[in-house]
Amino acid sequence: MIPTHYYLLLGTALFTVGVVGVLTRRNVIVILMSIELMLNAVNINLVAFSHWFKEIDGQAFAIFVITDAAAEAAIGLGLIIALFRNKETVNADEIDLLKW
Amino acid sequence: MLFLDYIWLIPLLPALGAAIQFFWGRKLSNQAVSLVSVGLPGISFLWALGCFFQLLRLDGTAFTKVMYTWLPAGAFRLTDGTLGNLTADVGFQLDALSAVMMLVVTGIGFLIHIYSIGYMGHEGGYYRFFGYMNLFMFSMLVLVLADNYLMMFVGWEGVGLCSYLLIGFYFHRKSASDAGKKAFIVNRIGDAGFLLGVMLMVVTFGSVNFLQVSEAARSGRFAVGDGVITAICILLFIGATGKSAQIPLYTWLPDAMEGPTPVSALIHAATMVTAGVYMVARSNALFVLSPAAMGLVAGIGAATAIWAASIGLVQNDIKRVLAYSTVSQLGYMFLACGVGAFGAGIFHLMTHAFFKALLFLGSGSVIHALSGEQDMRKMGALWSKIPTTAKTMLVATLAISGAPLLSGFFSKDEILWQSFASPYGSKLLWVVGVVTAGLTAFYMFRLFFMTFAGKSRVPHEVEHHVHESPRSMTIPLVCLAVGAVAAGWIGWPKALGGSNHFEHFLEPIFENPALRESAHHAWSLEFGLMAFSVLVAAAGFYLAYRWYVQRPEAPERVAAAAGPAYQILLNKYYVDELYDALFVNRAKDVGNLAAAFDMAVVDGGVNGVGWSTRMTAEISRLWDLWVIDGLVNVLAFTVKVLSYPVRVIQTGLVQTYALLIVLGVLIFMGYYLIHF
Repeated sequence: MIPTHYYLLLGTALFTVGVVGVLTRRNVIVILMSIELMLNAVNINLVAFSHWFKEIDGQAFAIFVITDAAAEAAIGLGLIIALFRNKETVNADEIDLLKW
Repeated sequence: MLFLDYIWLIPLLPALGAAIQFFWGRKLSNQAVSLVSVGLPGISFLWALGCFFQLLRLDGTAFTKVMYTWLPAGAFRLTDGTLGNLTADVGFQLDALSAVMMLVVTGIGFLIHIYSIGYMGHEGGYYRFFGYMNLFMFSMLVLVLADNYLMMFVGWEGVGLCSYLLIGFYFHRKSASDAGKKAFIVNRIGDAGFLLGVMLMVVTFGSVNFLQVSEAARSGRFAVGDGVITAICILLFIGATGKSAQIPLYTWLPDAMEGPTPVSALIHAATMVTAGVYMVARSNALFVLSPAAMGLVAGIGAATAIWAASIGLVQNDIKRVLAYSTVSQLGYMFLACGVGAFGAGIFHLMTHAFFKALLFLGSGSVIHALSGEQDMRKMGALWSKIPTTAKTMLVATLAISGAPLLSGFFSKDEILWQSFASPYGSKLLWVVGVVTAGLTAFYMFRLFFMTFAGKSRVPHEVEHHVHESPRSMTIPLVCLAVGAVAAGWIGWPKALGGSNHFEHFLEPIFENPALRESAHHAWSLEFGLMAFSVLVAAAGFYLAYRWYVQRPEAPERVAAAAGPAYQILLNKYYVDELYDALFVNRAKDVGNLAAAFDMAVVDGGVNGVGWSTRMTAEISRLWDLWVIDGLVNVLAFTVKVLSYPVRVIQTGLVQTYALLIVLGVLIFMGYYLIHF
């Protein structure tokens, strides 16, 4: 067997990459992709624990998360298109209308 | 006693005339004005005659009539501790003395009013002139008919006022209005003395009534030479020097010639200036108690007589000569009173009124004939051109010089005799009197010859218009001339065989045992002195004849030879300049000081308050600008500065907000990890 903590570390690493991506990347589509990465990292975490505890709940929760991620990606892309129509840019640094 | 019961009509009728002129005079024609303002004094004169004859029937007692009590002053303490009760009434007292004055004032006043119709006929302000003249008659009659000192003072002040109004009648001329002011102010200085005398009288006698004061003075309560009585007499005399133009308060009278000639005749010759003499004569009971005061009166009278006569010797304005002559003759009257011959002083007052009024009216006629010329150097040879004026002036000149048997001779010689022989008199006073008589004869005939005789020095344009005056002017001249001749005959002295009715008539007023003794003395001495004074007058006449008829170039030579003496006399001994330097300019200095104070301190204060108000407003503005607004701005600045860090957080970038969320989570997790 693969020790569970290997899965958890993988999940953590992926999550951290996702967080850093959200925080630092300029292209909003890439930020969306980073958000997906964070969600998937959480999925790995859930499945890892489900396997360890021999419970099915974790896997069921992971299915929900995938569904949720899909809906969120659809809406997110719709937002980006609307944003692009108004601001002519997909550069997160240039979307600062609420700046002081 | 019809006339005496209505004696109050005598002053009231002229007052009515004055009132009519003041209210409606402007709308009346000259004829209406003349009818009212000459007619009413005329009726006054007739009434006065009636009162006089009824008084004679009273045989020596005085007639008194109180109209009402003016000042019921109530009880107060006199200086000697007794209780006094002063009541000053509006009342009339007609006795021999006031009867003489009343007749002189109304009679000569009436003649002068008639003269003024002709003289002032072409002048502007005709009604105003007669209004003032009537007001003057009213005041003068109040003065002479009063029964107490306070009512007399009312009249005294009234004549002073009318003198001011009439001297300054041509008020457009600065010299005339200045002269009016000078007269009133110098008069007022005398009046201060008069009032002080009356006040002292009130606390000493407890009364101001003539009869009561005279009775108290003669009662023996006061010793001869009593200090308080002397003080009262000197103070009253100071008032007389002001009113009657004696040294030192005579300077107003020559300047008063700025007024119209009838004014000079009435006020400054016949009536107002004699008020001082009348007052001293009225107070004779007080004066005889004080030899010091008598000496002062006689001394000043004599000194003034010779001083003024010397100035009159060289004056060139015809009215100025007459003015100084008036001052000099008034000096004679005071000399008489000062040596105890009050009757002689009043006698001279009466004769002087005739011939001096005649001289002034005559000079007015001359001035009128010469179209306004008053300088005698531009006259001459007028005898044939204005004969009536010339002849009446000759009569008056003879009278004033003391030509025998004319009025002036009797009155002046009475005075000279009394100053020689009276117990109060002295040889020195007599000498001064005689010298002055000589000077008088000289300057009066100088006036006469320069005006009427010799060669004509009248400029050509004026010479064409020379004409005799109208009848309204010449008739009074003739009437006065008759008086100037005959008025002295009622005082024909015993030394020349007469019975001196005038002295007897006035005797009850002037009862003084000391004087009665000296009356019965050597007629031969009196006759000798009389002859001597006639000689002196004749010498004066002869010198004037030589210098102004026979050798007209002589006066200039003498004047050049005399040099500085002539200049001093011509400039009136520089007395006016002295008074200016000592008093007038000092008074002006006080005025200037007060004005400077007013400008600097009072106005400065007001300006300062305005300035400080503006200053306060300025400070308020600056405070508002820098402090109040400053605080507000500082507050805003602080908020801005303090809020800067907070503001900066609002980057508007979603990623920044996401970073903050992550940091927050990490902090929470870290806290829990450490504590658990």
